[in-house]
Amino acid sequence: MSILVNRDTKVIVQGLTGKTGTFHTEQALRYYGTKMVGGVHPKKGGELWHGSEGETLPIYASVAEAKDATGADASVIYVPPAGAADAIIEAIDAEIPFITCITEGIPVLDMVRVKARLEKSKSRLLGPNCPGILTPEECKIGIMPGSIFKKGSVGVVSRSGTLTYEAVFQTTNEGLGQTTAVGIGGDPVKGTEFIDVLELFLADPETQSIIMIGEIGGAAEEEAAQFLIDEAKKGRKKPMAGFIAGRTAPKGRTMGHAGAVVSGGKGDAESKIAAMEAAGIKVSPSPARLGATLVEVLKG
Amino acid sequence: MNIHEYQAKQVLKGFGAPVAAGVAITSADEAEAAAKSLPGPLYVVKSQIHAGGRGKGKFKELPADAKGGVRLARSVEEAVAHAREMLGNTLVTAQTGPAGKQVNRLYIEDGADIARELYCSLLVDRATGRVSFVVSTEGGMDIEAVAHDTPEKIVTVAIDPEAGVTAADVAKINAALKLDGPAAQDGETLFPTLYRAFVEKDMSLLEVNPLIVMENGRLRVLDAKVSFDGNALFRHPDMLALRDETEEDPKEIEASKWDLAYVALDGDIGCMVNGAGLAMATMDIIKLYGKEPANFCDVGGGASKEKVAAAFKIITADPAVQGILVNIFGGIMRCDVIAEGVVAAVKEVGLQVPLVVRLEGTNVELGKKILNESGLAITAADDLDDAAQKIVAAVG
Repeated sequence: MSILVNRDTKVIVQGLTGKTGTFHTEQALRYYGTKMVGGVHPKKGGELWHGSEGETLPIYASVAEAKDATGADASVIYVPPAGAADAIIEAIDAEIPFITCITEGIPVLDMVRVKARLEKSKSRLLGPNCPGILTPEECKIGIMPGSIFKKGSVGVVSRSGTLTYEAVFQTTNEGLGQTTAVGIGGDPVKGTEFIDVLELFLADPETQSIIMIGEIGGAAEEEAAQFLIDEAKKGRKKPMAGFIAGRTAPKGRTMGHAGAVVSGGKGDAESKIAAMEAAGIKVSPSPARLGATLVEVLKG
Repeated sequence: MNIHEYQAKQVLKGFGAPVAAGVAITSADEAEAAAKSLPGPLYVVKSQIHAGGRGKGKFKELPADAKGGVRLARSVEEAVAHAREMLGNTLVTAQTGPAGKQVNRLYIEDGADIARELYCSLLVDRATGRVSFVVSTEGGMDIEAVAHDTPEKIVTVAIDPEAGVTAADVAKINAALKLDGPAAQDGETLFPTLYRAFVEKDMSLLEVNPLIVMENGRLRVLDAKVSFDGNALFRHPDMLALRDETEEDPKEIEASKWDLAYVALDGDIGCMVNGAGLAMATMDIIKLYGKEPANFCDVGGGASKEKVAAAFKIITADPAVQGILVNIFGGIMRCDVIAEGVVAAVKEVGLQVPLVVRLEGTNVELGKKILNESGLAITAADDLDDAAQKIVAAVG
């Protein structure tokens, strides 16, 4: 089992015809044949997209049309920041069940608008400003490097792209492998939060342990920790290791990710680490020891 | 991006918010004409720097008992005397750090008779994903202290983006601020106005501290702090024009030209990393092994060789840097591109300090080969732990 995506997931691409969309669609097609089924471009409907190794995909004029024609149940968005919010809203309006937005740099008030629409919809949004999601040997949506993955038992959830790769790489090297890795993204206003992913990992029988990687800013890690405490009381609990990036970040400065900022005396690393440890997560002081820390937890 | 108080007030005034008349000056010779153009007889002379705590701040060059960075004057002459004393000197506040900031601009404003000082800000509340008003009757002081000591005195009102500020929202804010009579009537206009300014100009913070009730019962924006969402500046060239580069670190300005996420810090190990999370984690691991990072630098996912070289040059140009750690986990970012950028930059500007490079991910073997064949004194590292230990040991 896995969460959210598997070998049957059919994916359309919004922003397929750009350089980024083309590159990552090729990568996805070559990753165990992820079912990429089409692209969307308002002016190129009816044309064909061509990959560098002779792959082709049909292009549709709208998300709704693409969904009708292909039966897609997921969409991935590589549209530049200025148009990305409208692309997400188009996917919501077309009732795409699972939308992943990779785009970094979307104005936060655009995401406020998206979030209001999302709350009234049946769609789930992953991101924006995220690396996407990958279920090893089945489905790759987004920009994670497939080569570092191994089918296995660890669920990985992270606010940071490259730290997701660290966790994946280290659990692969430890021989554990992953069920699914989910990058929820570094923006302050986003779709899927830690709690949503943790709920799915707790419910997934093949996910035997979890790595959760947070960073400074906001209170999502504290909320996730409280969720885990509440679930543990109901008897749902899995071994977990974690990491929080930004212990050394100065207050009031935004550290690359729009959401990574300690402001108004809130969102610092120490409070997050304390909350996660209180929830039974073993927090590694070093990002290089994520895999080793999880192995220690599993040995008990 | 932050702007000065006087600019923030001009923006708010453009939306119809009640602000006092005022004039910004950059030389003391302009002070007399500026003050004379205002109604008087009370004036406020305010230092314009991008930092809070100005009123309680102290000028480095002046005696310890001299007045702070925001001063009252009861005559034109007094306003001019203050201007002469303040301009060109260095103001140290709780937010500037010990180095302080040079005051190159003053804002001379019409004084007000204050009955009550309130707090009002707008921000994007990440927990709800909505724009929220944060208001308190405890204005004019450090809101973080209020939040810490008396959290019950802070009221948050979230705004539905599809409905905007409703009459019910205004009623909640008015009640929280204990406004009545003409002040409550002013609130009915002011709060929707502030929201409109926030949304239309893509602000990330709009803080009015204090918002005052005057002796005549009316509301006035007495101080204003505005920050803009950097990701939305592309659609606000008029706001981008308000940027004051003298308030920013030159290294950060150079980095922003290359679209690099760079933050200057106080330590001595320079870092170049891909990805914001990994860049923070790299700073953290340097600290874990006993040293301090000199910067945060995320070259991003799709950097070119030229961008990598520019980042490397910005890092090496910092005289505090005693060693450099390059940490790359290539996903989209290819290790060979990083290696080529580093080699090109070193060939151009030389390498005076130890350099440790850790490469992992896409095209890692090719990247390592480029570094090995460059003949440069580069220490290779196997993983992040190894890399951090090696650079800390090399700097000593």
